[in-house]
Amino acid sequence: MDYDRALELFEPVLGFEVHVELNTQSKMFSDAPNPAALGNVPHEPNTTITPVDLGLPGSLPVVNEQAIKYSISLGLALGCEIAPSSRFARKNYFYPDLAKNYQISQFDEPIAFDGQVEVELANGKKFTIDIERAHMEEDAGKLTHVGGATGRIQGAEYSLVDYNRAGVPLVEIVTRMITGAEADAPELAKAYVSAIRDIVVSLGISEAKMERGNLRCDANISLSPRGSGKLGTRTETKNVNSLRSVERAIRYEIQRQAAILDGGGTIIQETRHWHEDTGVTSAGRPKSDADDYRYFPEPDLLPVEPSLELIEELRAALPEAPSLRKKRLQGEWGFTDLEFQDVVNSGLLVEIDETVAAGAAPAQARKWWTGEIARLANVSSVDASSLVSPADVAALVALVDAGELTDRLARQVLEGVIAGEGSPAQVVESRGLKVVSDDGALIAAIDEALAAQPDVLEKIREGKVQAAGAVIGAVMKAMKGTADAARVRELVLERAQQ
Amino acid sequence: MSSLIHLTASALAEKLSTGEVSSVEATQAHLDRIAAVDGDIHAFLHVNAEAIAAATDIDARRAAGEKLGPLAGVPVAIKDVLCTIGMPSTAGSKILEGWIPPYDATPVAKLKAAGLIALGKTNMDEFAMGSSTEHSAYGPTRNPWDLSRIPGGSGGGSAAAVAAFEAPLALGSDTGGSIRQPAAVTGSVGVKPTYGGVSRYGAIALASSLDQVGPVARTVLDAAMLHDVIGGHDPRDSTSLTDVWPSFAAAAREGARAENLKGLRVGVVKELDSPGFQPGVSQRFHEALELLTAAGAEIVEVSAPHFEYAVAAYYVILPAEASSNLAKFDSVRFGMRSKVSGTVEDVMAATREAGFGPEVKRRIILGTYALSAGYYDAYYGSAQKVRTLIQRDFASAFEKADVLVSPSAPTTAFTFGEKIDDPLAMYLNDVTTIPANLAGVPGMGLPIGLAPEDGLPVGFQIMAPAREDARLYKLGATLERLLEDGWGRTLLSQAPTL
Repeated sequence: MDYDRALELFEPVLGFEVHVELNTQSKMFSDAPNPAALGNVPHEPNTTITPVDLGLPGSLPVVNEQAIKYSISLGLALGCEIAPSSRFARKNYFYPDLAKNYQISQFDEPIAFDGQVEVELANGKKFTIDIERAHMEEDAGKLTHVGGATGRIQGAEYSLVDYNRAGVPLVEIVTRMITGAEADAPELAKAYVSAIRDIVVSLGISEAKMERGNLRCDANISLSPRGSGKLGTRTETKNVNSLRSVERAIRYEIQRQAAILDGGGTIIQETRHWHEDTGVTSAGRPKSDADDYRYFPEPDLLPVEPSLELIEELRAALPEAPSLRKKRLQGEWGFTDLEFQDVVNSGLLVEIDETVAAGAAPAQARKWWTGEIARLANVSSVDASSLVSPADVAALVALVDAGELTDRLARQVLEGVIAGEGSPAQVVESRGLKVVSDDGALIAAIDEALAAQPDVLEKIREGKVQAAGAVIGAVMKAMKGTADAARVRELVLERAQQ
Repeated sequence: MSSLIHLTASALAEKLSTGEVSSVEATQAHLDRIAAVDGDIHAFLHVNAEAIAAATDIDARRAAGEKLGPLAGVPVAIKDVLCTIGMPSTAGSKILEGWIPPYDATPVAKLKAAGLIALGKTNMDEFAMGSSTEHSAYGPTRNPWDLSRIPGGSGGGSAAAVAAFEAPLALGSDTGGSIRQPAAVTGSVGVKPTYGGVSRYGAIALASSLDQVGPVARTVLDAAMLHDVIGGHDPRDSTSLTDVWPSFAAAAREGARAENLKGLRVGVVKELDSPGFQPGVSQRFHEALELLTAAGAEIVEVSAPHFEYAVAAYYVILPAEASSNLAKFDSVRFGMRSKVSGTVEDVMAATREAGFGPEVKRRIILGTYALSAGYYDAYYGSAQKVRTLIQRDFASAFEKADVLVSPSAPTTAFTFGEKIDDPLAMYLNDVTTIPANLAGVPGMGLPIGLAPEDGLPVGFQIMAPAREDARLYKLGATLERLLEDGWGRTLLSQAPTL
């Protein structure tokens, strides 16, 4: 159904569960290296595991103290209360990616609860998202289904399990129900996830790459018929691996549900799987409120009881809140409201800030990230932040500033960096893209051009300086763009004065 | 050198340290004994093929002048619930048949580090569920006193091995009496330490909040020496206490030397001195109390009104935790796998159907039910409240008495098949031992004579406040000396010759 029509008939109600993979050195309950740690270095399947991660008989979990501290910091940054005593619980269900067939999570006693996140949209509307809770848990392993058409478990011939991810520390952030977003629902969803990403990046507790699964969003959506005052049945959309997908998936799901409801159908309470390529969601497993996980307190672990001193120490060490930081950065960078909103909407504030910190001028950093990099990201449907690092962008800007690259050459260098050919300097070297600063080569090219257009020097001497343009163009063409046009112009003018 | 097998561990250790006997000789003597009698007893599920090699190593180290621990070179049997590198660890279950762990349980690692020689793995009720070893998937162990009778359970294998002189020492695990009840019915000494006193890492979990690994021996001093080796903090078990423990061997030696028991308040738990117990059990129990009185101890009657709910609470908490702990046995990562073809759920279900015995299935069903939504509060929640009340009963009883005493078990060894079809009767056999597990306090069982009506051993239980395990060894050693002074010999020397 047409989006506007869907909004006329129904009011969307949202809710989010965002999972954040913490980048601690070791896992949540074992001393195995954490594959979600700094750099997300990929490992061979089933190599970052211990008996604890495999759930071998007799193995026992031990809580990672750093993960507790990170979780408290995150809770504080979300404006939550920190529980003086919280407890781990076992969530029991059978699934082959879950080594023990129970997940150690937190149930009725989460470490953080009752927080708020402020979100501002491009149109200036502000929303306060209520956080119900943030709790700690361990990640499951990863299944690869082989032999089916869809890569999903249905129809697969066999499945492979990689337990490297089993036990990666997670914090799950759960919102309360969000109403009143109306037509802005998709944008609000994107802005909320972006805000969470900004917070965890500012805390340095997660690599926060959505495409790597460091940050995962499950989006709950239901539609309430206008004026009915009744809540609809919700679906939970998974596999939304970019900020762009969050927005698209919500929009799609609103339209899908609206069409069904308007046609007299009913929504099935289920998980839905987002397909980035086709832009649709498909049915996953049915999910009912009666799912019985037989939670009970984890007897292998003691309650988590952080001291007040520790909580206050972590509170004092919190970095500037991303929302306050935005206000400060706009002032420092001297951007107009429009320019700054452009940056915020692009979701690339963090990248631009890091690029500036790496030495680039704010205007240049903004130009590259919201321009060429965003364009390339759009073409390949990925988040711009996943394409190139702020350090590389700053290096690129520095090369342009030093006159070693023209903008045109710099775009080619950027392509090389994105293609994995190395740092900007390495790409310049390997692709031979450096601006020719050897006057000898330029003079030879100028002489050749002047020989073809002998009247040009005379015209310049007569004061028709614009005549130089034809020679400059010929030289640039002959040098295949590696010449610095300004220097060519200087040399041509010098020649006319001789 | 068959007399070597009749030495206590402390006497054998003495001969080893003076060089009068080598560890190879001592180990070979016990392997020979196992070969001779274990066909009848069936205490062992696996005999360690590396035992002689380990003994040779210890002898060489001793010859080289290395300073070794007090029990170095002494053989020990290990309950099959403990993980051992290089030896199958099945917990008495078909579902783990042939599984060889890649790591040693912490108590096993400590044995090896102290130079003890692992003789092999002992039989037990499947996953430690039972009081007779009749629930072992590998057939029952027989009581050395009467081969038609049970050796107690779940650790019947360890107790029988010690009582039949197949091993001077053994490790057991006690969740509701699995060390103390077998000790009672085989005439051996067994101790369940304070919860957290010995690491559970590598002990295949039955009920995590109740399980505790402990020593089995023929004398109080031997049990104390073994406890000294296996106890202490383990960073891999979060529930392990960080206390610095006194020497239990020193406590036992002090108790054995004590001239009297003046000033000691011995509390008789009214609720555990039931008129329903076997008459010979009650008779020997009261005779032992008279012995203590004669030695100067003050006997006080204490009441623990909530003990009558202990068995009921235990049979909610244990199955609940067990249902979750046993979920990992799904054929995906280790253990047996059904050859059934189908989905992963089909294979998991068929494996569990074929791999678990009836008592295990009964308790998984009970526990799953007790944790289910809607029943959790009524069952698990109520059971935890009872547990708190029992802890309070202990606290108030220990205000009136330094130690509490009772018979170790209501009866002497029963015959095979007598209670196998009546789970409730089987469960009630642990009525005296279960309260200590629910409260986490330490308990010792030691032999006090033979019941006049059947000539079978009767056990005496001593319980102390948490962390006061030394009191058990001190009083136990005194009582043992008083009894043996009266008998003129040890109880086990009165057992029929095998």
